[in-house]
Amino acid sequence: MAHHDPLIAQDIKAYLDAQEKKSFLRVFTCGSVDDGKSTLIGRLLYDSKLIYEDQMASIERDSKASGTQGEKPDLALLVDGLAAEREQGITIDVAYRFFSTDKRKFIIADTPGHVQYTRNMATGASTADVAILLIDARYGVMEQTRRHAFIASLLGIPQVVVAVNKMDLVDFDQGKFNEIDEAFREFAKKLNFKDIMTIPVSALDGDNVTTKSDAAPWYRGPSLLEFLEVVEVDRQSLEAPFRLPVQWVNRPNLDFRGFSGTIASGTISKGDEIMAMPSGKRSKVKDIVLYKESLDHARQDQAVTITLEDEIDISRGDMICTPDLPNEVADQFQAHLIWMDDTRLFPGRQYIIRTANTAVAGSVTALKHRIDVADFTEAAAKTLELNEIGVVTLSLTKPIPFDAYLNNRTTGAFVVVDRMTNRTVGAGTIDFALRRSKNIVRQDFTVDYQARAEQKGQKPATLWFTGLSGSGKSTIANHVDQLLFERGRHTYTLDGDNIRHGLNRDLGFAKEDRVENIRRIGEVSRLMNNAGLITMCSFISPYRAERQMVRSKAGEGAFIEIFVDTPLDVAEKRDVKGLYKRARAGEIKNFTGIDSEYQPPQNPEIHIDTVKTSAEAAAQQIVDYLEAKGFLTIDV
Amino acid sequence: MSRDIINRIESFAASSGQSESTLARKIFNDGKTLTRLRNGGQLTPRTQEKAMAALDTLEREAAGPLGQSLTHLDRLEAESIHIMREVVAQCENPVMLYSVGKDSSVMLELAIKAFYPSPPPFPLLHVDTRWKFKEMYEFRNRRAKEAGMELITHINPDAIAQDVGPFSHGSAVHTDITKTQGLKQALDAGKFDAAFGGARRDEEKSRAKERIFSFRNEHHRWDAKNQRPELWDIYNARVQKGESMRVFPISNWTELDIWQYIYRENIQIPGLYLSAERPVVERDGGLIMVDDERMPLNPGETPMMKSVRFRTLGCYPLTGAVESEATTLQDVIQEILLATGSERQGRVIDSDAGQSMEKKKEEGYF
Repeated sequence: MAHHDPLIAQDIKAYLDAQEKKSFLRVFTCGSVDDGKSTLIGRLLYDSKLIYEDQMASIERDSKASGTQGEKPDLALLVDGLAAEREQGITIDVAYRFFSTDKRKFIIADTPGHVQYTRNMATGASTADVAILLIDARYGVMEQTRRHAFIASLLGIPQVVVAVNKMDLVDFDQGKFNEIDEAFREFAKKLNFKDIMTIPVSALDGDNVTTKSDAAPWYRGPSLLEFLEVVEVDRQSLEAPFRLPVQWVNRPNLDFRGFSGTIASGTISKGDEIMAMPSGKRSKVKDIVLYKESLDHARQDQAVTITLEDEIDISRGDMICTPDLPNEVADQFQAHLIWMDDTRLFPGRQYIIRTANTAVAGSVTALKHRIDVADFTEAAAKTLELNEIGVVTLSLTKPIPFDAYLNNRTTGAFVVVDRMTNRTVGAGTIDFALRRSKNIVRQDFTVDYQARAEQKGQKPATLWFTGLSGSGKSTIANHVDQLLFERGRHTYTLDGDNIRHGLNRDLGFAKEDRVENIRRIGEVSRLMNNAGLITMCSFISPYRAERQMVRSKAGEGAFIEIFVDTPLDVAEKRDVKGLYKRARAGEIKNFTGIDSEYQPPQNPEIHIDTVKTSAEAAAQQIVDYLEAKGFLTIDV
Repeated sequence: MSRDIINRIESFAASSGQSESTLARKIFNDGKTLTRLRNGGQLTPRTQEKAMAALDTLEREAAGPLGQSLTHLDRLEAESIHIMREVVAQCENPVMLYSVGKDSSVMLELAIKAFYPSPPPFPLLHVDTRWKFKEMYEFRNRRAKEAGMELITHINPDAIAQDVGPFSHGSAVHTDITKTQGLKQALDAGKFDAAFGGARRDEEKSRAKERIFSFRNEHHRWDAKNQRPELWDIYNARVQKGESMRVFPISNWTELDIWQYIYRENIQIPGLYLSAERPVVERDGGLIMVDDERMPLNPGETPMMKSVRFRTLGCYPLTGAVESEATTLQDVIQEILLATGSERQGRVIDSDAGQSMEKKKEEGYF
């Protein structure tokens, strides 16, 4: 039987009306592998009589083929829906299940326990009001228990229910239960849960799942389901400041201009004064449209369309709020970030940062630290790998309206999307703004070297490649350029091709011309550094004095001399452009190495032996140097 | 019951500062009714219902914006609207798959709501198999017109050339060619970068695993083990050229929610969902309706007139009818709630191997 209420048969209308008034709770289960999450959900569905006969028949059939419970039906098979999951007996991705009791309707997300599928766990957790964290009574709090508890807390789940499962395997030992309860509460002190409830259960046999069990007379609290039916969640924070992230502008004709979106918090009434962010422009609510109805009031979680008294410019990505409590606008934040992709985070690379209603380009400019989920300590890190969590500085190319995640789970959240693969590679929560960009009252502020560098999230520098003709300077410089570009750095390469044919076309190859050539290149590079760029200059530049001149202009620390060291005989043997041959034949005069001197650097920052090192490896060596010396990030 | 009403009126009078007789006038249209009730008077069920509704309204109005409550259906509706608006904002060329059934009817209604007063800014696409119930075609054409939306219909030309049908080719071949292949052809032809589908997570195990925004590669394949993370209500619809998104705005609705919403909003659905006398034959334990002359009858088989309705709608030769006397929506909902089998039981497509739906989805089926 699917639904048991006798009212269905007696008075269907009364039943439907009662259904309408039920409250609603989103729950998710998490915990370590084999703690019995899927079995618990299967048990909830089974005991609340929400499994159809044909579904049960197919479970019984499958239990015989691949179940893990011998003669008993394997209730986990109700939830594990992918072929690979059923074959391996594990949960890979989150499954959503629906059930209801007399009091409430539930959406329950069953999330995977394996560490490599943590991103799927976070997917299921992000929309939940309550976390059910399972712990195997035999093993207690495990690393994965801590990881999931941490993520649940990070995602702002207020209520956690710790279901100490498999109590039947420890003979419902009260001491064992208390030990786990205390251990969990001890480490959860470092987390942000508002309330923790601990219940001893056996999902396999149904003890304390839907009804109280006689097996644990020492436990006086409610069963899991009894608790879920009454738990209060402060989802209805109607008194919070009004926030409407504008999703879509509805303009069917010249007479109607509405702003559509789902209210993230608070309430709004016809006639209320509003303020649009980031513009700061004000107006009054003319109408609140929900299909053919015109509403006097609207509240959090309603998807409405608002029209205004005045024609003010509002578009997707803006936020409508009230002037007394407007939200902040900023382009630099401190945030918590969970990395979710097999390809690690590249600080400095430009990603797409997608919020509730917009997407802007942005990058992680600094990785403050990684959080070790085993003991919640902070560890220095250069990157975040799959499933790692860190605290970062996020820099966007455009200011956005936002709230701290702690205050608003909708307007304080973002995901990170890779520009090339389009995959969602990370998810983050905004802690606070680092530099407020108040468009309304713009502060006076000079755009100087520092500001430009900060905007680009890098320290500008001149990478000076020197070496004989044909030593491989340009090839290496190009590789460096590519590597930096991929990481979202702002670069430019100066070489013979783009300088000799334009700016310096009036110069020849005599000594004084060569000096002037280098002087001009040094000046151009310095201007580009001032503009915030990292420049690569690839020139033979044979004389020490000129290189020293450029170094002193650029400023110590911003000039990196890279000696591309190729012995003359090797360069001459390579002779890629056939120039050595022509020089030997006397067709080219003043050719460095043949009839003009090359003065090798005495203390270059980087020395590359091209006989032993490939161009790719050399480029990587240079990028590693830049990274180590902090050129690719900025301190905030 | 009378006691409840008296209590509520008393406490509301105290909190709102209005006199009890004023409230009684507003609630019962008669200031003296309250006194009568206190003296043991009774209300007819109808009057009582009306009084409760009036009281509800008064309390809500008095509470102002903070008195606004949202039911389960209101929340589901808002979520679906949010999803649809997000697709329109992010995608260049979306389309809505329309299969004429009850889920499509709800999805269409939600689309009309989401963009009102604009018509939904995308076309409807019906991937036709040529074997749907006659009544479904009539209903489809009428609804598209009423919604002010363009209706694209596509039939796989191979199916026409080889005259593919469930009787001649079997259900598996028929479904693959007309539905899976036909769908891919239609999506490629329209260069759609997003397609709405009316699938629900409670329908089937692999559907319960699918994201709301479900990425498909250039061959329309679903990679079940490698789905994009999907957090909060932030959806990532970015695709390369040729790739696309399948979007399921009613993912979180259950079958009961769908029926309740149809009931609450008075949504039009094809009459096939309600019982009527229809010509049917019994095949493999199921009742199949003889909807047109293409249905081959076995020797000695004659269609019988029976009062039947359909729990899901698809190709008529593949859709089992249930015997029923439920001729109104309320009756139908009552029967469904008391039923012991799931709605997909009547569909031939799921009853093969356990992962049949997952396999089909990987190949591009909705």
